Parts: sequence; structure tokens; C-alpha cells
Amino acid sequence: MYSKDGENYFVVDAHTHFWDASPANWVPGQEQYAKGWIECFHAYQGLGPAETHWPIEKFQKYDEETMMRDLFEVGHVDLAIFQPTNLRQWYTNGFNTTEADGALSERHPGKFVVNTTFDPREGDEGLRALEERVSRWGSRGVKLYTAEWFGDSRGWSLKSPEAARYLEKCQELGVKNIHVHKGPTIWPLDKDAFDVADIDYAATNFPDLNFIVEHVGLPRIEDFCFMATQEPNVYAGLAVVIGGLMHARPRFFAKVMGELMFWLGEDKLLFGADYAIWEPKWQVEGFVDWQMPDDAEMADYAPLTVAQKKKILGLNAARLYDIKVPGELESEKEQTTEAVGVPSP
Amino acid sequence: MTTAATRTAGSEPAIRSAVWSALGTVLDPELDEPLTDLGFVSRCEVTPTGEALVRLRLPTYFCAPNFAFLMVADAYDAVSAVPGVHHTVVELDDHFAADAINRGVAARAGFVGTFADEAADELDSLRADFLRKAVLAGTDRVCRTMIAAGTDPGGLAGLTLGDAPDGPDRERLRGRRRELGLPDGDRDPLVLDPDTGTGVDEGGLRRHLGLARLTRVSQEANSGVCRGMLRARYPGATQSGQPDQSD
Repeated sequence: MYSKDGENYFVVDAHTHFWDASPANWVPGQEQYAKGWIECFHAYQGLGPAETHWPIEKFQKYDEETMMRDLFEVGHVDLAIFQPTNLRQWYTNGFNTTEADGALSERHPGKFVVNTTFDPREGDEGLRALEERVSRWGSRGVKLYTAEWFGDSRGWSLKSPEAARYLEKCQELGVKNIHVHKGPTIWPLDKDAFDVADIDYAATNFPDLNFIVEHVGLPRIEDFCFMATQEPNVYAGLAVVIGGLMHARPRFFAKVMGELMFWLGEDKLLFGADYAIWEPKWQVEGFVDWQMPDDAEMADYAPLTVAQKKKILGLNAARLYDIKVPGELESEKEQTTEAVGVPSP
Repeated sequence: MTTAATRTAGSEPAIRSAVWSALGTVLDPELDEPLTDLGFVSRCEVTPTGEALVRLRLPTYFCAPNFAFLMVADAYDAVSAVPGVHHTVVELDDHFAADAINRGVAARAGFVGTFADEAADELDSLRADFLRKAVLAGTDRVCRTMIAAGTDPGGLAGLTLGDAPDGPDRERLRGRRRELGLPDGDRDPLVLDPDTGTGVDEGGLRRHLGLARLTRVSQEANSGVCRGMLRARYPGATQSGQPDQSD
């Protein structure tokens, strides 16, 4: 646990990756996309403090030891949740697969939660494969990319009947946390790939599942927040918000946090470092130290309390994933409160 | 004999300046800011024969192709309309769809013509969606200033556009409303629903202003991410236009 000023924070990093984007893993003929993808990620790292930037070679492929140190030895993380990203069109063995994550997790019991993924366009076979992965790795969540192409398809929608079948299967298997990427631009994508309306639809139809919108719907924070006021089972993944804004754009970071607290509230926000884009250490330390600026421009936003930071850094994710937290924090984990935002009439 | 060459010879600096100004009217539809302020224009030249050569760059290799297309096409239109420009070349660099976009814009093929099976529609409705967001964000800019100067927030529902202080924020808001075909006169409501064009009453005001603020925060946060990414991608690049004063 991270301790600061006499307070203990149980840190769940709800968004982490173990990837291989080295040239040896690039699919022949797809090199430009494989290279473009990892360079795009690398540019995001540029939004963090200079001393945390990596050379591209290390960023393309880092080893297990590096990851374990960055998260658990120096990064203050107590438990991390893997969010896979297959991208098998560009990377021969996949970019960041359930299998690679799972294998690492098995070597370090108690450190990781292994989420998997699905693509409803894979039909019955995909449904069976999902069930096998959930059984093999004990997954309690999935990470979805609705903007990914598949054959001639330019993406898929959570509104589709095929997606509903997969969500029903998730419900049946006890996979209750549906992480949806609606975040920073990823190709290939359809022109509506950022639209969060399909999450709204699925969240209404599957009230027992939790929908965690990664990167808070960036670049559509406003649509996301407005939707979240109407759906009690919609959550915000803070990956990119803390990593991409807290250091590089502190004023906007304050405003975005203010809006998220206003519209969603303290129980709906989940910290995620988005390693290896950003290391958790500076994010955890910086967020614990951070406070809403006390000036006129931020007057609409309340300061953040220690109790709220504890929830955001770990207790909320622990609640969603039934993760046991140290006794002193267990009661705080279960205390929830209403947002002050303005629901639709 | 008056040819293109003799007409423009020696006047390139003035034309170049006019081309730059024209590019300053082209907005990133999502960020609602001029390309020139965002640092998206990496080259702007005019040859002695009146050929305008413009190169654009974006924060990432994977920026959404629809927005990229709109910016390249809008830049082409704006530059082509500058007196003294006889031929226009606008090219996007370092983008996964650059070849298709550059070819499509040069051929005036439209978005569907350019992306064929990959695009279902032209980009008019996308543009209108983002203009509505720009109206919301602009409403926050104008109203926040008024409230800070002592206007009673509850009284905003009864005010008109003409009641807002004269200045660039109000005129920018007026311009976005005009582009959408919404009421834009001094006697029209200051706060209106961008979907319907009707004034927001006192009961709906708090929620509407909350959404307006949220929309502006989102727009500015996106702008912050985009500017940061551009700087990370082109470390040597100096951004033209106004310095970034947000942080």
C-alpha cells in the first residue's frame, strides 16, 4: 500500500499492458501500421514527465522484470488489471494478448487480474473461445475495441444482436466488467467509432454488467458524462486523464477531474496507469498530492478529499472486481454516494 | 500579354500573407480552433507563377481520417479563393490515409468518392454535430464572462445576444450559430438549444449551462492533448499564431 501523510492507499491499477511491438513481431506487409501504432503510443508517453520517457527500443518491448519493478516495487501498485489488445493483423503473436498476460500473471500469483476480450464478428466459434479463455484465465472482465476492423467490416457496435449474445455470455460466465475503448484515435476505425451511444444502449439492456468507458470517452468527454448521468452502471477509466493531462496540462486536468466528479461522482472513477505508456509511480504520487486549484476559474468544482482519492486509486476497482482490501479500508470500499451532477429531466 | 506569371511576379509575399490568413479561417472541426494556431500548417509558400503550396501535419499518424479530410478540403477551398492564387496544392503529411486524402481533395472527389466502400456518407452531419458543440462551448465562454462581471446567472434566460458584451467571444458564437442556421441577431436569445434554435427557459438553464461548461472543458482538454502530441511528434516545430496561454 502507498502511504502518505499517515494515510494508506490500496492501489489497483485498472489498466495495464504487457506488449511486444518489436520489429520481429511485425506482420510482413503490415510494418507501417505496426510501426505507426507503437510510435503513436510512444508520443503519448511524451505527455508525462521527461525523466519517465523511454527510448523507442525499450518502449517497443520491455521485459517481465522491468514491468514487475515499475508497477510493484517502485510504482506503489498493489494489484493490476490486464487489458488486452490483440491487433493480430499487425503483430504476428498479437500486440498484448490474454495469453501473454495470463502467462505472466501465473508466474506472479496475486498480483494481476487477467481480463480478456471478444469480437462479436467471430460468431459461434468466438463465443466458444471466449468461454475457454474465461475458464483458463479466470477472467472477470473484458476489454473491447469497437473500432477495430475485421475483414470488410469497419468496426462493430454494442447495439448489434451479435454483441448482445456475447454480453449475455459474459453475464452467464460471471464476467461482469465490460471495459470499452472509446479513446484516443486508433485506426482502423469508422467515422462513428468515438460515438458512445452504443454503450448507453448496452448499459440499459444489461443493468447487471458494469461498463467502464476507458479514457473517459476522450475525445467525447461531454457525451460520455451526459450519458453516465443516466446509466447507474457506467464508470470512467482514468487512463490518459491522469497520465496525459496531470503533468502536461494541469489546468485541464483539474477541469476534467472537476467535471467527472460533478457528473459521475467519486464512486465511478477508476485509476489506470496505462503502462507502459506511462509508469504508475509518478501518477500515484502526483494524484495523492494533487488538489483542485483554489481560484475563480475552478470555483464550480469541489476539492478532492483523501477518502475520495482512496476510492479512485483502488477501492472502486476493488468493489467492481470483488478484490479483498486490507481490513482498515474494507468499510470505505462499500460506502457509496450520489453525484452532484444534473441528471436529465 | 498578361499571364499568370507576369500578374503575380513580385507579389508573392503579399499573396503568401493572404494565403496564411485564409488558412487562419480553417478550423479543426473538433477543437474549433484555426489550423494556424494549432501548428498544423508546416509549410505555406507561393511560387512566382501563383501556385500555393501548403503542407499540413496532425498530432498522430492515426488521427481520424474524416476530420483530416475536412481540414485538407477546407484548406484547399480557402486557399483557392485567395486572389492571385492560380493553382493550389494542399498535402497532408505523415498520416496513414494521407495518400487517399491528398488524391481525393486534389480531384475534388468528396469523402465518399475518396474512401469508396469505407465511407457511408459525406461529412456534413459530422460537421454540424461539431458546430453544435462549438455553440455550446461558445455559450459558456460568453456567459461565464458575464457572470464573473456580475450578471445574475438566473437572469441569463431573459437576455439576448445583444446583451452580451461586444467582443470576439460573442462574435465567434454568433458566427457558429449563423453557420448552423440558428438565430444570430442581437435580439435573439443569448442562450438557446442548438438542436432546436429555441431559447432556454429559466428552468432548464442550470442544466444547459452545465452542459455548455462540460462541452468547453472537453473541447479544451482535447486541444491540450492534441497540442501535446504534436509537440511530442515534431519537437523542433514552433507553433505559429497565438501562444498557448492555457497552462
